[in-house]
Amino acid sequence: MPFELIAAFRFLREGRFQTVLILSGVAVGAAVIVFLVALITGLQDDLIARTLGTQPHIVLRPPDDVARSVVSAAAGETVSAQVDKRAQRLRSIDGWQRALADATGTSGVTAASPMASGPAFAARGLAQKSVALLGIEPEPYLKIVPVDRKMVAGRFHVAGEDAVIGVDLAKDLGASVGDKVRLAAAGGRTQVVTVAGIFDLGLRDLNRRWVFITLRSAQTLLDLAGGVTNIDLVVSDLFGAEAIAKTIAARTGLTAESWMKTNAELLVGLRGQSGSSAMIQFFVSIAVAFGISSVLVVSVVQKSREIGILRAMGASRRSVLTIFLVQGAIVALAGSLIGCALGTWAALAFQSWQGVFHVWLGWQLYAATITGATAIGIVAALAPAVRAAHLEPVAAIRYGG
Amino acid sequence: MSRQHPVLEAAGVRKSYGIGTETEIEILHGIDLVLGDSEIVALTGPSGAGKSTFLNVMGLLEQPTSGSIRINGEEAANLDEAGLTRLRGRSIGFIFQFHHLMPAFTALENVMMPLLVDRGRPDEEMRVRAAELLGKVGLGTFQGRRPAKLSGGQQQRVAVARALAMRPPLVLADEPTGNLDTASADDVFALLRTFNRDFGVSFLVVTHDPRLARRCDRVLELVDGRLVGEKKGSDLSAVY
Repeated sequence: MPFELIAAFRFLREGRFQTVLILSGVAVGAAVIVFLVALITGLQDDLIARTLGTQPHIVLRPPDDVARSVVSAAAGETVSAQVDKRAQRLRSIDGWQRALADATGTSGVTAASPMASGPAFAARGLAQKSVALLGIEPEPYLKIVPVDRKMVAGRFHVAGEDAVIGVDLAKDLGASVGDKVRLAAAGGRTQVVTVAGIFDLGLRDLNRRWVFITLRSAQTLLDLAGGVTNIDLVVSDLFGAEAIAKTIAARTGLTAESWMKTNAELLVGLRGQSGSSAMIQFFVSIAVAFGISSVLVVSVVQKSREIGILRAMGASRRSVLTIFLVQGAIVALAGSLIGCALGTWAALAFQSWQGVFHVWLGWQLYAATITGATAIGIVAALAPAVRAAHLEPVAAIRYGG
Repeated sequence: MSRQHPVLEAAGVRKSYGIGTETEIEILHGIDLVLGDSEIVALTGPSGAGKSTFLNVMGLLEQPTSGSIRINGEEAANLDEAGLTRLRGRSIGFIFQFHHLMPAFTALENVMMPLLVDRGRPDEEMRVRAAELLGKVGLGTFQGRRPAKLSGGQQQRVAVARALAMRPPLVLADEPTGNLDTASADDVFALLRTFNRDFGVSFLVVTHDPRLARRCDRVLELVDGRLVGEKKGSDLSAVY
């Protein structure tokens, strides 16, 4: 073991009370950070999972129909015209197979699924309800929204004339698995489907309105012959969705809307949480740094004579500097390890107490806390260490503590 | 006694404090001194004569304002801070009036400390050497004791062993027996003489104790920052 490390350990052992004090400070600081990050990240993950558990990260749609003025101004003339926005009809994406392939091949996109969706009525007996038809290909769609994990009756079987409906719609229609339901689209086309499964997405509106049928059935009902109204995408980096959406929009000419745009308020909330968490971490780190620094400054004063003796024996300024930097690193490292354990305990206790969401305790949290604390410890020890290194041996021996 | 191979040569050494200020004061006024190998030289003088400053400057703990100091033939003025530190660590041992052992370390570790500082890592050879030295000062069975668990005389003997750990040609001792009773002081001086005789170590000892000075090879007298007299130790009987 190098001399500087031996001396650092001995000095810390000798000043037990100060060492315990400084360790406690670092441990509490690290525990607060671990607890806070575990809690906020867990909460955010839960919020995002709940929000994105029922929607794609990016939706590609055909560009909006735009109304153009039919009167154009000749040279020297001014035309006053009021151009009303066009009503948006249900339209298919031109060349959607090519757009699907393009989107699938885009870096960061992990799944893509075509969909033909539109309004309709679902009727059974005297009951009639307004619904949203979602015509899908089950295999790719389940990679977008895993509805099969949310089934409360039957199974997610969307093939032929089998359909899957929400638990609230089933209740409204008095339908169970195996029952027939008549679907009537706005254009007048109708189809009778069999309820193969009933899902519960946790959101009443979706449970009341969504009806999953095959893509082909939806194309027929909505009069979209071979077309799709949107392509749903999932990306690997949630917070990179908007950038990917812009890339795809620019390349395909389609309208690409990411979850970040459609859930802007949620995003603002998440960013606010992250920002306040970062501020708290920053101030806790500053407090810890001052704590380490002040205790080490006292230690330098108390150890002045020993520093002078070491210098007289041939210890270089660099060695003395290293001894105190190592002390800062040791207490910060040990304190952060204790703090990680305390923070984890507190976070798990909170989780079992409130029982709503899981706190996040990834290895990155511990790695960042321990690395950050150790770096802070070294930086905090810098001022006392420099002071120790610049003590003149004679003065230190004569007037040392 | 021989001065064929001087371990310490000082020529025209001056030391001032507060240079360029109203309080500028010169403590040492052109000291010339040659200390040969295997010598024990006492430095005496009244309080305030500059003895401690003299020792600090000769021990390279403080820089002289002017003049030349050569340790074992190496000119200190030619060395930078790191070079001075290295030369001091390897060529000069220090014994202080208040032993100044490091309380966090055992007696053995205190003796090992100069070797540890020099080599960077502990090894078996330095442990053996430190144990031998502790044995020579009569503390072979006290290796694991902390300084706080030793008597004043024992602490000073550990300090003597520590000063000799690097086998330096020169040891500077500032009142090494000043804080000890007569018996312990005699023991410590006997140790200095033993190491001087057996290993050829030269000692420059600042002392107020005439009994100790009398037993040195030479006695230098420093008054008001000037060396004003030199006698053989054995000649002091009549004086004190």
